[in-house]
Amino acid sequence: MRRVLVYLLPLAIFLVVAVFLLRGLWLNPREVPSPFIDKPAPMFSLAQLAQPDAKFSPADMKGQVWLLNVWASWCVACRQEHPLLVELARQKAVPIVGLNYKDKPDAAKAWLAKFGDPYDLSVKDLDGRIGIDYGVYGVPETFVIDKNGVIRFKQIGPITEDVWKQKMLPMLEQLRKA
Amino acid sequence: MRRTLAVLLLAMLPLAATTAATEPMLLDPVAQRRLVDLSAQLRCLVCQNQSIAESNAELAVDLRNQINEQIKAGRTDGEIVDFMVTRYGDFVLYRPPFKATTLLLWVGPITLLLLAVFTFYRTLTRRRARIEDRPLNDAERAEAERLLGQGSNNKTSS
Repeated sequence: MRRVLVYLLPLAIFLVVAVFLLRGLWLNPREVPSPFIDKPAPMFSLAQLAQPDAKFSPADMKGQVWLLNVWASWCVACRQEHPLLVELARQKAVPIVGLNYKDKPDAAKAWLAKFGDPYDLSVKDLDGRIGIDYGVYGVPETFVIDKNGVIRFKQIGPITEDVWKQKMLPMLEQLRKA
Repeated sequence: MRRTLAVLLLAMLPLAATTAATEPMLLDPVAQRRLVDLSAQLRCLVCQNQSIAESNAELAVDLRNQINEQIKAGRTDGEIVDFMVTRYGDFVLYRPPFKATTLLLWVGPITLLLLAVFTFYRTLTRRRARIEDRPLNDAERAEAERLLGQGSNNKTSS
């Protein structure tokens, strides 16, 4: 009996390692847990893309549940995400504020004119400073911010149909009730 | 063959170019040293296997500038690292802090080593215990004497 156990031990070790490695295949190393969840959204005051004279600050959204979507006209994955955002805007599903990250305002405006503008407004983060304050490293990124200005969820990379239906929509509904 | 070699050499080109970065230099060499040291400790989140010092991703350049500015503003190394951690999490640190979530990371290898040493020790002591301690019987004694006698014979003859 003991003998058998000794011979089975390598197999057992192999299986444990295999399970971990197998799990690793489906982990996305780009999805770094955000330290911002359940923390207040960093404050900023930036000029708007459409009206450079007007400013926007997250404080303006107090009392609403909203999305802060980081985008840029140079960002390929943003284009992939864009139709979904346009659809959400059409349904008036949630207010979306765009953080136009390290972009040229003219290019950004042309991009919105071409593909549609789902944003209630976009602000210009020309040098990417506010992006750094929000820990942005892979555009597009989307933050769900609650009525008290607390970040509740962060999507790194495009919002997919799945993520929207499974995670974000239920969360938005719950946050609106709160 | 030549083509493969050329492709290989081309592929290695970035290795030679890692430190060439275009950004404002700090005039003070001590501050420059701090900038390099700090950015070498921080992971670039765009190309995750490079530090901010090595990476030429735009974000890495921005973050180096950020460190540069903060050094000029008189912040301490600890404050600058904290600045990065509050934004990007412990993941940016190549030397992660010791806490509940990183316990396995820090304690895991040493635990495995201790376990291996312990197993090795136990195997050895058990093997020793299996060596029987009983007097030789006559046949064994004769055999031993024959062997030993041979040995001593060899010695005297040489």
